[in-house]
Parts: sequence; C-alpha cells; structure tokens
Amino acid sequence: MKIQKINELLNAEVVCGEITNDSEIAFAFASDLMSEVLTIKKDGIVLLTGLCTIQAIRTAEMSDIHCIIFVRGKKVSEEMIELAKENNIILLKCQYSMFKTSGILYSEGVQPVY
Amino acid sequence: MMEPMHLQYELEGGNFTKAGFASSEIKKVLKQLNVDAKTIKRIVVSSYEAEVNIVAHAYSGIINAWIDNEKIVLHFNDKGPGIPDIEMAMQAGYSTASPAVREMGFGAGMGLPNIKNNVDLLEINSEVNKGTLVKFTIGLTPEMN
Ligand SMILES: Nc1ncnc2c1ncn2[C@@H]1O[C@H](COP(=O)(O)OP(=O)(O)OP(=O)(O)O)[C@@H](O)[C@H]1O
Ligand SMILES: [Mg+2]
Repeated sequence: MKIQKINELLNAEVVCGEITNDSEIAFAFASDLMSEVLTIKKDGIVLLTGLCTIQAIRTAEMSDIHCIIFVRGKKVSEEMIELAKENNIILLKCQYSMFKTSGILYSEGVQPVY
Repeated sequence: MMEPMHLQYELEGGNFTKAGFASSEIKKVLKQLNVDAKTIKRIVVSSYEAEVNIVAHAYSGIINAWIDNEKIVLHFNDKGPGIPDIEMAMQAGYSTASPAVREMGFGAGMGLPNIKNNVDLLEINSEVNKGTLVKFTIGLTPEMN
C-alpha cells in the first residue's frame, strides 16, 4: 500500500518527509517496545507507535524503517524531526488509537510481521 | 584492501538524547565501506542495543570499534552496577530497567538476546559494582557469516 493511501485512511498528518509515489508499504508492526521492534528482520515495514521519543527515530534508523506513524496525536519534537530528516524517515501522526490504526490498516490489506 | 580502522565514542549514563549517536556514526562508516545492508543492520542493531544498555543501566562508558576487511569488533566498556547473573540477564524478558528507562521505550528484556541472535561471536564479562564489558564480532564478508 502506498504511504499516501495510509495517510488518507488514517486521516493522518505528514510531520516530515516527502511522500512520493514509490513509497510502498507491505507490512506494519505496532509496538511501544523498541527492543521488540529491533528484532524484526523484514524490510519495508511501517512502525505504529505511541512512543513519541527520539529513541523511536533512532530505532527506525537502525532497523531501516522508512516510515513511522505516531498514534493518539502525540507531540513530535523538533529534535525528532531533525533526526528523521537526516535519515529520510517519513513521520506521520494521527489522532486514532493504536487499536483503531492497526484495525484500519489490517482490514485494508497491510500484512502483519508475525 | 583497506587500512584497519579504529573508532571510539564516550557515553553518559542516563543521557537518552545522545543514545544511538555512536551506532549511527558506525552505520555511516559501514555504508561508506559498501558493507551489504543486511550485515549493516545486524551490526547496528546489536551496537544500538549495547549502547542503550550502557545509557540505561550504567554510569558512563566507552565504545571501541575496529573494522578491517573481514570483520568488525566492538567493545562496550562501562562503569556501572555490573550484572550479577549474566545467564539470567541473557534470558528474554528479564529486565531490571527503571521506570524512566521504560518511558523511553526500553526494558522489555530483549536487548541482550537480540545481540546474541545477530552477532557471530559474543563475550560478556562483568563485575558487580564495577562495570561490564560486552564484546562482539560480526563478519563483513559472506564467508564469515
Ligand atoms: N551494561 C549493563 N550494566 C548493568 N546491567 C546491565 C547492562 N546491560 C544489561 N544489564 C542487565 O541485564 C538486563 C537485561 O538486559 P537486556 O538488554 O536484555 O534488557 P533491558 O535492557 O532490560 O531491556 P531492553 O533491552 O529490551 O530494552 C537489564 O535489565 C540489566 O539488569
Ligand atoms: Mg537492553
């Protein structure tokens, strides 16, 4: 699924990054535990998280995750945006809960990692 | 053939703003050396877990990295409380992380097992009330893996 489509489905807001036509996502993973995210071997996943800290961006950097969706409208700091830009990571934020966000993406065909 | 390379970074316990900086720098170097993406991910995920462990659990630390044609060797040396029972600490789910550490998204007790799954050689030495030394090696060429 295109990130553009995800953005529309979730009524989300692009915090930073360019959503181009080739930003394609097949898998999603939802977690607030960064070490859990760091066990994922798959590439091209989108991370859904309520953990709105600089370490969420670092974790994405180390795991080659190119898109993070922050749920429940959390505040993304300037520092996080800087680091995300440096690493070409797209940040979206939406108002929905983790449950609703996951449900929408799952029902539209985004695959789970496990 | 490249010249062997040595990198060094200092870490402060409790400073989560900087946690990951060293691993990020190491990632840039490995990219420049054209190491393949899957190997880089194994290295930086392990390095980041060990780096965060120092920030989360110790008082201060030093990371040393040596890179040559065949491998990267990483040493994470800290001054801190040490690990009383390494075997227990290696078990998935075991964690003594403080609430502050959990708020940063860590404390699942998965860091050390995750390192073990990603590296080719791992050695952990620790002395209670002194500190911990985590050493690992990852091969850079397909034959080493
Ligand atoms: N450098 C260290 N100094 C002191 N204790 C450590 C150190 N590294 C790990 N430990 C101990 O080992 C435990 C397990 O470490 P591990 O990295 O597996 O999990 P964690 O750091 O608690 O959580 P996670 O890594 O999943 O975020 C820690 O909770 C801590 O008690
Ligand atoms: Mg850890």
